[in-house]
Amino acid sequence: MKPFEAVEGVAVALIEDNVDTDAIAPLDVGRRPDYARMLFRRRREAERGSPAGFVLDRPEYAHARILVAGANFGCGSSRESAVWALAAFGIRCVVARSFAESFRLNCLRNGLLPVVLAPDDGAALERLVVAAAGTRTFGADLRSQQVTAPDGSAFRFDIDAHERQALLEGLDDIGLTLRFLPEIEAWEKSTRESAPQLQVLAKRPA
Amino acid sequence: MARTLVDKIWDAHRVARRADGRDVVYVDRHVLHELHGPHALERLVETGRAVRRPDLTFGVLDHTSPTSDRSEVARVSAESPLMREMRSGAERFGFRLFDVDDDEAGIAHVVAPELGLVLPGATHACPDSHACTVGALGALAFGCGTSDLEHVLATQTLAIKKPRPMRIRLDGTLTSGVSAKDVALHLIARLGVGGASGFAVEFTGMLVDALSIEQRFTLCNMAVEMGARTAIVAPDERAIAWLRERPYAPAGATWDRAAAAWAGLRSDSGAVFERDLDVDCTDLAPQVSWGTNPSLTVGVDGRVPDPADAPAAERGALERALAYMGVTPGTALQSLAIDRVFIGSCTNARLEDLERAAQIVRGKHVAPSVRAIVVPGSLAVKRAAEARGIDTVFRAAGFEWHETGCSLCVGANGDLGSAGQRFLSTSNRNFESRQGPGVRTHLASPETAAATALRGFIADPRLVVTR
Repeated sequence: MKPFEAVEGVAVALIEDNVDTDAIAPLDVGRRPDYARMLFRRRREAERGSPAGFVLDRPEYAHARILVAGANFGCGSSRESAVWALAAFGIRCVVARSFAESFRLNCLRNGLLPVVLAPDDGAALERLVVAAAGTRTFGADLRSQQVTAPDGSAFRFDIDAHERQALLEGLDDIGLTLRFLPEIEAWEKSTRESAPQLQVLAKRPA
Repeated sequence: MARTLVDKIWDAHRVARRADGRDVVYVDRHVLHELHGPHALERLVETGRAVRRPDLTFGVLDHTSPTSDRSEVARVSAESPLMREMRSGAERFGFRLFDVDDDEAGIAHVVAPELGLVLPGATHACPDSHACTVGALGALAFGCGTSDLEHVLATQTLAIKKPRPMRIRLDGTLTSGVSAKDVALHLIARLGVGGASGFAVEFTGMLVDALSIEQRFTLCNMAVEMGARTAIVAPDERAIAWLRERPYAPAGATWDRAAAAWAGLRSDSGAVFERDLDVDCTDLAPQVSWGTNPSLTVGVDGRVPDPADAPAAERGALERALAYMGVTPGTALQSLAIDRVFIGSCTNARLEDLERAAQIVRGKHVAPSVRAIVVPGSLAVKRAAEARGIDTVFRAAGFEWHETGCSLCVGANGDLGSAGQRFLSTSNRNFESRQGPGVRTHLASPETAAATALRGFIADPRLVVTR
C-alpha cells in the first residue's frame, strides 16, 4: 500500500451530510473505468449548466489535495471505487465531520488519510477553506497529527496509533495477516473438531 | 463476564491480534460477486497468491445479470468481461461459481442462506454492504470493500475491529399489510442514516421473535442504511428449522450437534450494550420514503415535511432532496403518481415477499400508466413462485415477470429508468440517480408496491381488500 506521511495543497469544501458512495463514484460496470472521471460524475454533469458548476469542476480546485466534508461522509455502498475515484482525482486526505465506517476503512486500505477534527476546530477549518477559495495551501501531516491552514493555525487530530503506523509505513495488509498463518491453521484444525460444520462443507445429494 | 451474541461469535473466530490492533477473524463462508470479484482475483494473480480456502468460497453473478429474458441472459453472460473473469477465476483458483444458468443462480444475500451457506454462530463475508442481511440466521456477517475481499481470498480471515454493541428491541404486533420493511424504514427515519454507525445491531423482542425468517432478512438487510456495520438476530427454533436440509447445511450427527449448540446461542442476560433502543411497532403505518436517503421517510398516510420545521443545519439537504424528488412541502404522498413499480432486490424478493404482494394484486390490474416488474431474488425463488402460480397472478394483473438478479436496485445490468420518472421500489436505496440518472425513487414494502401498482399513485396496502 502507498504510505501516507503528509500532504500539502489546495483544500476544497463540500459541506453536505450523508454524501453517499453512489454520489462519490457512480456505478461503472466497465472493467477498467476512468476513476478520475468517475468522481462525482453525475453531480458534475447535473451542475455543469449552473452558474458556478460543481465545486470540483471549478478551475481553482482542479488540483485539490484535501477534501473537507460533512457528517457521515461515504455512507451507503461499501464500494472501494469511491476511494479510488478520490485518489485518482488527487485527493490524499478527507477531513469530515464524521465518516461511514466502510468508507473510512477503505481509505486506510488505500493510503488516503481520513481525519475527524474536534467540532470547533472542524468548523474553523471549514470557514478557512471556504474563505481561501482555492487560492491558498493547506496541509495535513500524519506525523504531527495536524491539519494546518495558511494563516498558521493548526488543528490537532486523533487517530488510532495502529492505523497511524500502518498508514505511515504503507504496510501490506495481507502480509500483516499472513504472519499469523500458523495460528490460522491451528484454528482450522481445532475447529474441525469442535464445530466441524464450519470447516467441512459438503453438498447433500439432491 | 456477560457477553453479547456478537462477542461470542467474535471470540470463537478470533485467531490473533495484529500489530496494528486489528483482530484476525476467521471467515467461515465467503461469497463474492462479479462487480468486485474480478478486480480482487486479478490482484491475487499479480501478487502470486492463491485462494486459501476455495472450498469455503463461492461466487455469484448477480449485479450485472440481465433479467428481461433467458436469451438476453445467455447473450450478456457470453460477452460480459466481468462474468468471464469470474469464471476463469473460479476455474483457476478452484472455487464454486453459481453461474447464471445454474440452479443456484441469484442474488448473493438470497442464495447464500437458501443454500445453507449461512449458519448460526458462523462468520460470513461478502464484498457488498448488504451482507448484513444474513445476520437474520444468527451469523456474524461483514460487508467489505475490494481490498478486504482480496484479504479474505488470500487468508480466509478479515482483519477488523469489533463493532460496538447496540440492541434494538422491537415489540408490538404488525397489522395486516405492514411488514418488516416498514419497521426497518421507520427505524432508519428515527435514527438517521448514520444513527447506528460503527455498531453491530442485535434485533431482539417479541416482534422479532414473531417475524418469519424471510422478514428477518429484510430487517437485517436494511440495518446498513442506518449505518450499522452489521446486524444479527439470535438463532431460535424457527431459524434452525428453516435451515434444516438446506443443500449445504450440515447433516446427520454434525447437524444434531450443531443445532443443539445453536439453540443456546444468545446474548447473556447481563450483557452490556452501549446503546439500547426499545421501539413498540403497534399501529405502525406502512412507510414510504419521500427524499434521497432512506431516513427521509414518513407513513404512507403522511405528507412531505417542510424544511422550515427542521433544524437550520439540515434545511439545505432537505431542500435539495425536495428539488431532486420534484415534491413540495405538504404534498400528500398518496397524491404522487408513479411511473414504475419494482418488486425485487436482496431486501424484498424472497418467496414470502412475492406471495404477500401477489395476494394484493390477485384478480386486479395494474394502472394503465404504470410499468410494474417483479424480479425474483433467486432462480429457486422464481421456480418456487411459478410452482405456486404466483407468476400467473402477477402476469394476469399486468406485471412483468423477470429472471433473477439485482436489476433495478442498482441498475448495473442496464435496468434503469429515465430522468424525472417516479419509481416505487422495494429495494434499499433511494439515493440520487440510483435507479437511473434523474430517477426519483420511493422506497416501500412489497405490499405497498403492489397496492401502488394497482392505483397508479402511492397507495396504502391496508386499504386494498384482499381475498
